[in-house]
Amino acid sequence: MVLDIAQQASVTSKIFAFPLNAWYVAAWDHEVTNKAPLARTVAGRPLALWRGTDGRVSALADACWHRLAPLSKGAIIGDELQCPYHGLRYNRAGRCTAMPAQQTINPSATVPSYPVVERHRYIWVWLGDPDLADPGQVPDMHQMDSPEWAGDGETIHAGCNYQLVLDNLMDLTHEEFVHSSSIGQAELSEAEFEVTHDDKHVTVSRWMLGIDPPPFWRKNMRDKFPGFSGKVDRWQIIRYEAPSTICIDVGVARAGSGAPEGDRSQGVNGYVMNTITPESDRSSHYFWAFMRNYRLDSQSITTQLRQGVHNVFGEDEDMLIAQQKAIDANPDYEFYSLNIDAGGMWVRRILDRMLQAEGR
Amino acid sequence: MAAQSTLVWQTGEIVEASDAADGIRRLVIRPERPAVAPPGSHVDVEVNGLRRSYSVVRCEDGQWTLSVRLAADSRGGSQAMHALRTGDRLRISDPLQNFPLGVGATRYVLLAGGIGITALLAMGATLKRRGEDYTFVYVGRSRPAMAWLRELEEDHGDRLKVHVDDEGTGLDVGAVLNEIGADTELYMCGPIRLMDAVRREWVRRALSPTSLRFETFGNSGAWAAEEFTVSIPGDGRTITVPTNLSMLEALEEAGVEVMWDCRKGECGLCVVRVHEYAGRIDHRDVFLGEAQKTSRICLCVSRVASDGATHPQLVIDRP
Repeated sequence: MVLDIAQQASVTSKIFAFPLNAWYVAAWDHEVTNKAPLARTVAGRPLALWRGTDGRVSALADACWHRLAPLSKGAIIGDELQCPYHGLRYNRAGRCTAMPAQQTINPSATVPSYPVVERHRYIWVWLGDPDLADPGQVPDMHQMDSPEWAGDGETIHAGCNYQLVLDNLMDLTHEEFVHSSSIGQAELSEAEFEVTHDDKHVTVSRWMLGIDPPPFWRKNMRDKFPGFSGKVDRWQIIRYEAPSTICIDVGVARAGSGAPEGDRSQGVNGYVMNTITPESDRSSHYFWAFMRNYRLDSQSITTQLRQGVHNVFGEDEDMLIAQQKAIDANPDYEFYSLNIDAGGMWVRRILDRMLQAEGR
Repeated sequence: MAAQSTLVWQTGEIVEASDAADGIRRLVIRPERPAVAPPGSHVDVEVNGLRRSYSVVRCEDGQWTLSVRLAADSRGGSQAMHALRTGDRLRISDPLQNFPLGVGATRYVLLAGGIGITALLAMGATLKRRGEDYTFVYVGRSRPAMAWLRELEEDHGDRLKVHVDDEGTGLDVGAVLNEIGADTELYMCGPIRLMDAVRREWVRRALSPTSLRFETFGNSGAWAAEEFTVSIPGDGRTITVPTNLSMLEALEEAGVEVMWDCRKGECGLCVVRVHEYAGRIDHRDVFLGEAQKTSRICLCVSRVASDGATHPQLVIDRP
């Protein structure tokens, strides 16, 4: 019993630690080039990322072996990275290949290189035990680069613990209050929801039947069905994959056209793709995109949706930063939970088990 | 890079002892204090008062698997290991790591000769899990003498290249090195003759020296350590360097201030000019280039050996 209470205490922790044996997104594919290295901190570790002449991405610790000067301020020479300070050069395995003013190379001169996978338009890195870095564990975000889906997204540099973003996405009743002008509506907090989970996934499903579409969704229906008016059935199926990826199946269809039973032909469907990378205890890289499966050829719809979600997520960012400030300003106050936190609490329990497995 | 080099002793119990191949025993050991043994790591054991190092072939469920070949010229170490039975206990160290598998190379080649397979088996499993592009080359005298062969064939399929001397398919070092491109790392463990052949060919082809990885047990020099003397012009003393001290240590004991950092022949900070010497200079560092070796010496590791005619001695610039 004591153990259970101790575990619950770590599950409701306000500053949540991050697992290291996991793939995290370091960057969008287009951010990493062969022209200049990219500096980015992932899970507390500063990295220098660059692309070789064959297009493959490498990630080294952003500190030269010699005097720890940041390699990300250096130059890419072919497939190698050159330190900006004394010109030591490193290959993609982080092994030094050139030193100044000597005829040999110290065999110990190595900078840690981290496993990298490029998938779903993102560059994923593994900061934990490299022996466990199985590319098969990269979270499923296939809508990002599937020919059946179109869309785009951005990155939010969020000034909060990554777990606050997960909490935000695992319970969308906040839309009624934070996003009242775009996607919020009272039915969100009135509708029943269902939570299922396994050892690395949590799913929260909510259906709202026969409701008026909020402005964002009325616009999307009219993009597909010009002149649409009337009631809709609306769905939000939030799917979390450990440690920090949440893909939300969202949409509306003409009320009573069979969407809950599986026929979505009379509706519009989108996927809100979210993957959150802890940067430090109190900051995160929040990569998001909105993908749709209709009017795939319309760049103008892609731009409008990206801008629309940008505005919506800006409202979330303001709230998350304010929440982190309040948390830090009230170190003696605890978190309490509501019924609506069921999804987020299962997420915390999965993360807690991952941390325990890492002995942290 | 992660290296674990502090020796910590504990006790282990044999939970399985069986034959792995002709003359090779497989020992599964449950340590009192389980610890992760990453690929390339080894443990030291003490049997019959002898200390031996064995690679950890596999680390699973808190147990370490070793494979021990009965050495023909064994002074008793491998014999004692072969005599171990289930339930026996032995003094064993926590895993030590000085042969870590890297990350980020474009391709990997693992080259195992005979019992050297023990250092590379776990690396193969990791490369497979990471989805890397790799080739696993395994060389042996005869199939019955090659431990773990069936498991390797099952795990690695076409990526495994087996060369067997008594089947006439012995290793062609040149053919292996033909596969080495830029950013390919080769990890090897096997008989000295095999490793020397690979090193020579590697240097001849001017391949990246840092991409050839093998377990280094320190450069023991061309000649055994002998006592010699060292002097510095103007100092007036002749300092003796006994066999159990380095020249750097002997100079420090004599009160000569020397600049140093790594103390293992890598950084070059303790290098001084050689004025004259009698005997043969035994360069044991990896810092000096060939051309520099005629006029300089690395104080922390290098020595002077006798040439049979005179007492070995060295005159150096003041450090």
